[in-house]
Amino acid sequence: MKLPQAGFIPRDREWQPDALTPPYKTSLKRSPQSALLSFPSTVSEETGPVFGHDILGPLDNDLIHNYAAEGASAIGPRIIVHGKVLDELRRPVPNALIEVWQANAGGRYRHKNEGYLAALDPNFGGCGRMITREDGSYSFRTVQPGPYPWPNGMNDWRPAHIHFSVFGQSFAQRLITQMYFEGDPHIALCPIVGTLKSPEAVSALTALLDMNATVPMDARAYRFDIVLRGRRQTYFENRPEGT
Amino acid sequence: MAQHLDYLKESPSQTAGPYVHIGCTPNFTGIEIYDSDLGASLKRGPVKGQEITVSGTVFDGTGTPLRDAMIEIWQADAAGIYPSPNGSHDPDFLGWGRSAGNMETGEFTFETVKPGGVPNPDGRIQAPHITFWIVARGINIGLQTRMYFADEKEANQGDPILTRIEHQNRIPTLLAIAEAPGQYRFNIHLQGADETIFFDI
Ligand SMILES: [Fe+2]
Repeated sequence: MKLPQAGFIPRDREWQPDALTPPYKTSLKRSPQSALLSFPSTVSEETGPVFGHDILGPLDNDLIHNYAAEGASAIGPRIIVHGKVLDELRRPVPNALIEVWQANAGGRYRHKNEGYLAALDPNFGGCGRMITREDGSYSFRTVQPGPYPWPNGMNDWRPAHIHFSVFGQSFAQRLITQMYFEGDPHIALCPIVGTLKSPEAVSALTALLDMNATVPMDARAYRFDIVLRGRRQTYFENRPEGT
Repeated sequence: MAQHLDYLKESPSQTAGPYVHIGCTPNFTGIEIYDSDLGASLKRGPVKGQEITVSGTVFDGTGTPLRDAMIEIWQADAAGIYPSPNGSHDPDFLGWGRSAGNMETGEFTFETVKPGGVPNPDGRIQAPHITFWIVARGINIGLQTRMYFADEKEANQGDPILTRIEHQNRIPTLLAIAEAPGQYRFNIHLQGADETIFFDI
């Protein structure tokens, strides 16, 4: 028997990064100063857009080939990134749209504002997307991105990372984050990673090398699980008299 | 010692960074892998209700427009029903839109419909509103707010959320102003005297 759905578990603002994080300079003028207005989720947050598998092209989750010329492939260490999308109550989140973007193996983005002199790879676009399966699992293939310098301090370099945008089943679950790679020495030095409040939060965004999912002579694998907000289920929701 | 609760922690947010458009609106940046950018249109045919245009700009604390933001909206149809699989909503209305903003000015524009009121958990009706979600470089966790309509005075005065706001003098930051019939402006200020009210829902 299914329990009725109730509201979302409030976002843990003690765990999530603050808006104002001075070592990440851009946050100074882009962070609201007033307290957020908190109230329980309503239908506006408990619903959300649903994406069908029909939007996906066959190479959407293959960044090695989705921008490459016929017969060519992107240059760099070939990896598979896979994992599960779960909610805070450990339930799989199926049909979640995941969009990813990243620099190429040299650390260069295909973007007009990019200032790093590393070379573009003519066969690498840098984005991909997929929808989670019934068990919440997803996977995509790409090249491991390189670290890159960015204008913040005089000599700040981002650790290698892949950006993730995730939709759950409700707009309340909307999340954008980044995946880091186990063992990258830049993780400890990065002001953006530094917006995370605890070593546990950094670990939660650091993917592990997964030799069991590696394809011999083809691609190594990294495992990266994602957790979205959970929705309570209860028979004991208070409703005012007469409604 | 006691038992422990085995909830998982939500994945921590990280900024969308300067290149969010590569991932979410790649066609806008000239990367043509997908047929089109998701969320470019909220309609897939003729829709019911009053068709409106919502435009605005996101400003930082110095009053500078953001040109590297991504703005998403989510709203009910004209009858106040949110689109859902097998739902009873207007079948040609998608409810969700996404904008990278104008390349030069950063201004976003959504062609949509004026939403109907939607039920509150306590049974009252919420005034018509559109949920906004803003991410960009320098924003560590997506900012959520709501756009209400200045010309829905009566509904706004009875709205369960608007009436709960302590600083009533900040409510205008949530109101879209009609500049012409069906043309609404909703600017978002991340900081400063006109700082928009952001929500934690
Ligand atoms: Fe990046």
